[in-house]
Amino acid sequence: MYGKGLRPLSIATVSMVAISLSLVFFYAPLDADQGFVQKIFYLHVPLAIVALVGFVVGGVFAVLHLRSNDRRWDAYSYVSIHISVIFGVAVLITGAIWAKASWGHWWVWDEPTLVSFLIVFLLYATYYPFRYAIEDRDRQARYASVFAVTAGAFVPLNFMAVRMAESLVHPRTFATANGGLPGEMMFTFLCSLAAMALLWTTLVKFELTAKSASGQVKRLRRALDAPVSGGSSRIAPEVS
Amino acid sequence: MTPSRTAFAAILAKDLRSELRTLQSLPAMALFAVTTFVIFRFGLDRTSLSGSLAAGVLWATLLFAAVLGINRLFVAEREEGGFDAIRLAPIDRTVLFAAKVASLLVYLVALELVTVPIFAIFFLGDAAGLGPLVAVLLLADFGLAATGTLISSMAVNSRARDLLVPLVLLPLAVPLMIAATGATDPLLQAGGPSYDRFGTWLMVLGLYDLIFGLVGYAVFDFLLED
Repeated sequence: MYGKGLRPLSIATVSMVAISLSLVFFYAPLDADQGFVQKIFYLHVPLAIVALVGFVVGGVFAVLHLRSNDRRWDAYSYVSIHISVIFGVAVLITGAIWAKASWGHWWVWDEPTLVSFLIVFLLYATYYPFRYAIEDRDRQARYASVFAVTAGAFVPLNFMAVRMAESLVHPRTFATANGGLPGEMMFTFLCSLAAMALLWTTLVKFELTAKSASGQVKRLRRALDAPVSGGSSRIAPEVS
Repeated sequence: MTPSRTAFAAILAKDLRSELRTLQSLPAMALFAVTTFVIFRFGLDRTSLSGSLAAGVLWATLLFAAVLGINRLFVAEREEGGFDAIRLAPIDRTVLFAAKVASLLVYLVALELVTVPIFAIFFLGDAAGLGPLVAVLLLADFGLAATGTLISSMAVNSRARDLLVPLVLLPLAVPLMIAATGATDPLLQAGGPSYDRFGTWLMVLGLYDLIFGLVGYAVFDFLLED
C-alpha cells in the first residue's frame, strides 16, 4: 500500500540527482575565494536544509499522531526523524570536509551554525535509545511523539541561542545585502536542493514501505504460528 | 471539580513534606555539587576561578546536580500509584506538571542556597557578582525545572530511567547553559562584575522558560494517558 508511486518517485530522484551533479560540475562557475572546494556547498547546504526541515516535519507528524491517535502518523514521524538523522550525519561529515579544505580545521567551536546543528543532531540521536527504552507499545508511540514535538520546538530556540553566543566565520551565503549568489550558482543550488528533498522523500517512502511489508509478514507468521507464540515482537513502530 | 489552585498546593505540599521527611534528593544533590567543585579544583589545577571558567564550573556542576534530583522526581508517583491517583482525581492533569515544576524549582533554589556560597568561598575572590547572579539563577532554575519535569515524566516509565534523563536532558539544556554562562561570565570577572549583554541573556533565559513551560504544559496530558 505504501509502495505505490515509489518507482516513479525513485526515477525522479535519480534524474534530479544526476541533473544537479552535472550542473555542479559542468555549469556552476568556480567560486572566486575558495575555488573548486566551494562546490561541496551544493551538497552540504541542501542536506542541512532538508535534514532540519525533516526534523520539523517529524514534529508535525507527531502532533498529528497525538491528536488523532492514528499509529500511521507515528510511523511517519519515526521514519522522518530517522532519515533526517542520517542526513544529519552526512551534513556533519560534508561540513567537516569543507571546513578542513577551506579553513584548515575539521571542526571549529566558535561557529554558531555548526554547534547548533551538532546539538540538534545529538538531541535527535537520543530519540532511538529513548524510544526503545519504553516497553509498552502505545506509550512508546505517544512518548516518542511528545519528544518529537518538544525537539521541534527546541530547534529554532537552539539556533538563536547559539548564534547569540558567538561571532561568525561560517559563510552566510544568503544573508548578504547584495543578494549573495550569482544566477548560475543559485540555479544550481536550487536544483541540488530539489534533488536532496526528493532523495529524502524517496528514502522516507522506501523505509515506510519496507516497514509495512515486514510488518505484514510478521502478522502473517504470527497468525500461522498462533498456538506457538514466539518471542516478543519488534518494538519499532509497526505500520499497518 | 477541585479548583486547580487547591490541587496544585496539595501536590506541592505533599512533595515538599515528603522530601523533608525522607531527605532523599536534596542532601545528595548538595553533596554531589560540593564534591564536584573539589574535582574541578584538581581537574583544572586551579585554586581560584574567574570569568568564563568560574561560570562554566558553576553551571556544569549545578546542571549535573540537578539531573540527580530530576531522576528521582516522579519515582514516588510511579511506585506508590501517584499517577493513578492523579488520573482518578477530579482535577486538571496539568496541575501535576505545574506542581512538579514548582517542587523541582524549590529543590534547585535550596541547592543553590547551599552550593553557591560554598562555590564563592572555594573559588571566588570577591562576592560582588553574586547579587545579580541571583536573577540568572532564578530564571535558569525555572527553565531547568520545566524541561527536567517534562523529561523525567517521560523517562520514569522506561527501562533505563537513570540513563535516559541525562541523555535526553543535556542537549535540551544547552541553550539554557549558553545563556546562563553568558550572563554569569562577565559577573564573575576578576576585576569586578560587568553587565555586558546581561539583559540580552536574561531575555534568552526568559524565552527558554516560556517556550518549555508552554510546551510542557501542552503535552503533559498525553503523557499521563494510560
